[in-house]
Amino acid sequence: MKNWNIPQDELLYSGHAACQGCGGALAMRLALKAIGENAVATIPACCWTIISGDVLYHALKIPVFHTAFETAAISATGLKAGLTMRGFKDTTVFAWAGDGGTFDIGIQAISGAAERNEDIIYFVYDNEAYMNTGIQRSSATPWGAWTTTTPVKHPEDKPKKNIDEILAAHKIPYLATVNVAYPEDFIRKVKKAKEIKGFRFIHIFAPCPPGWKMPSDISIQVARLATQTGVFPLYEVENGKNYTINYLPPKKLPVIEYLKLQGRFKHLNESQVEYIQQMVDENLETLLKKHELTHGTLENIPRPEFYK
Amino acid sequence: MSIKKVLTGNHAISYGAMVSRVQVISAYPITPQTQVVELLSEMVADGILDAIFVNVESEHSAMSACVSASAAGARAFTATSAQGLALMHEMLHWAAGARLPIVLAEINRAMAPPWSIWTDQNDSLSQRDTGWMQIYVESNQEAFDSVILAYKVAEQVYLPCMVVLDAFVLSHTSEPVEIYDQEKVDEFLPPYKPMVAIEPGKTFGYGALAAPDTYMEFRYKMQKAMEKAITLFEKEGKLFGEMFGRTYGLVEEYMMDDADYVIVTVGATTSTARVAIQELRKQGEKVGLLKLRVIRPFPFDKVREVLKGRKKVAVLDRNISFGHHGIFYQEIKSALYPLKERPQVYGYIAGLGGRDITVKDFIDIYHDMKNREDMVEIIWKGVKL
Repeated sequence: MKNWNIPQDELLYSGHAACQGCGGALAMRLALKAIGENAVATIPACCWTIISGDVLYHALKIPVFHTAFETAAISATGLKAGLTMRGFKDTTVFAWAGDGGTFDIGIQAISGAAERNEDIIYFVYDNEAYMNTGIQRSSATPWGAWTTTTPVKHPEDKPKKNIDEILAAHKIPYLATVNVAYPEDFIRKVKKAKEIKGFRFIHIFAPCPPGWKMPSDISIQVARLATQTGVFPLYEVENGKNYTINYLPPKKLPVIEYLKLQGRFKHLNESQVEYIQQMVDENLETLLKKHELTHGTLENIPRPEFYK
Repeated sequence: MSIKKVLTGNHAISYGAMVSRVQVISAYPITPQTQVVELLSEMVADGILDAIFVNVESEHSAMSACVSASAAGARAFTATSAQGLALMHEMLHWAAGARLPIVLAEINRAMAPPWSIWTDQNDSLSQRDTGWMQIYVESNQEAFDSVILAYKVAEQVYLPCMVVLDAFVLSHTSEPVEIYDQEKVDEFLPPYKPMVAIEPGKTFGYGALAAPDTYMEFRYKMQKAMEKAITLFEKEGKLFGEMFGRTYGLVEEYMMDDADYVIVTVGATTSTARVAIQELRKQGEKVGLLKLRVIRPFPFDKVREVLKGRKKVAVLDRNISFGHHGIFYQEIKSALYPLKERPQVYGYIAGLGGRDITVKDFIDIYHDMKNREDMVEIIWKGVKL
């Protein structure tokens, strides 16, 4: 982590239509830096349908096929097949979808493509709700959060769906969680994914200032706290069984540090925060056990100086 | 040299796709379509056909895979029936709106509930307004030929095309089919070279958001493409005839020269109607047949030209638009309305859910139409109450 090695090339132009502080826009910028120009993307209904620009404009330096909400994975499959038949065999084909299109409506096609081990990368930029239509809950919305369909009087009462475990159960060659606040880790994993054949799944933690009711200039701070509190751990799963935690904060911060910066959690009382803390601890504990099962020890999990 | 094979309608379609050199096939099994893609999957696995076969988890995904494979510049094919076609509905709009010349074989099957696996036309006609061209065929040879013709027209107007055939009546019934020499098919149908295709290095957004100031023009151009397809179906159908000996148009006429009375049919019932017309002609009745082959784009001019000056027309619908009439009855009436002098038109609904339509039924329909003076607009044929 001593030397920065993020490519300088920009494949996402300025002038795109994202909100200020958008984790999703930064995520695409980083992903493209890692993938490079020999790539083709498909984007279903999500914030990125708008961000990339309307029919007269295009904010990306790669071609994009816009597709229907539930079809990101199969659309990428079809693109890969079509390009292969036309001789473009080494082009990286990826799907780029939000959490609604992934955790909910798109899951059938994702499961199908994962089971068939299609040679595509599937990215989900997870901002934990349907943001493009005005912040409605998705099955990625965490317990206790406010959205317009889980209002303060009746906040979200189900824990976030564990999409990573669902995908890991398909025994796909590669799965990774990444966070826009950790660009080095992000780039490394996308580069690694690019070199692997078969179905690859990258789960991106991507804050949404309007949806999370927070100022746009603390987007990265909040994203970093998600990992430092254990809410969003950074790890990889290879072939559905080998787990590697990539980073643990030297001192795990309490979840309240993460929750208190966001308006979507401000109605929570002490015992509710305690309940969230308990869930986060349990999830992390399970993950640590899986890491230990794979590596025989917990000692080698990086705790870089940089993040202290 | 061409060869003759005894093929079911389903396998005639598979061979049609094979000689069209489809490159990406994506499909999901559904009765009575399944045999179409079973044979294709075998052809791909055996290396007889150079294509990628994607065994998807639903018809929605089957059409989605075809859509993006076609957007990437490959010739894409799928086949389905009834509930499967309904599940594809959203992506049928996507294929047409993205202007992708995909060909889909649709085996006409009644919609559930109640469950039915037998033929009727409500499944494909529910997709009439998606922007897909639709060809309805009468025989297995016509099914085979129509796949090739469908690609030929679709790839010139950038609109997808459905080839529709009757469940079991054609799909599972064997007939001799002439399979043309591959080189000759290649000459008629060269490889697909799209004007625009997704590929690395070409930077653009395909199917991006269109605001009110741009959306309408996309739709206008689709309609213009449909209008162009009318001429192309005639032109390519004629060329097809010169090359392979079988000429196709938008409609087909049978014993129409001096006919005062006309029966209009779509699909496999046409063959039955032909026999009825032969019988009636022997009895001195002046009756003829109009078969609609291409129903989207709708051949308005052709229909007017053929039906102008006739006394009465009976339209057979193996379908119904609930709360309105039989769908082809509506279409024929709307085509004739601008004429100053119009024949009287009657709509007969028969054969729903695969119920048999016999020669005697057509003879009854003929006499019923001829003797009828009232204005009744839906005449149910053979309902047991």
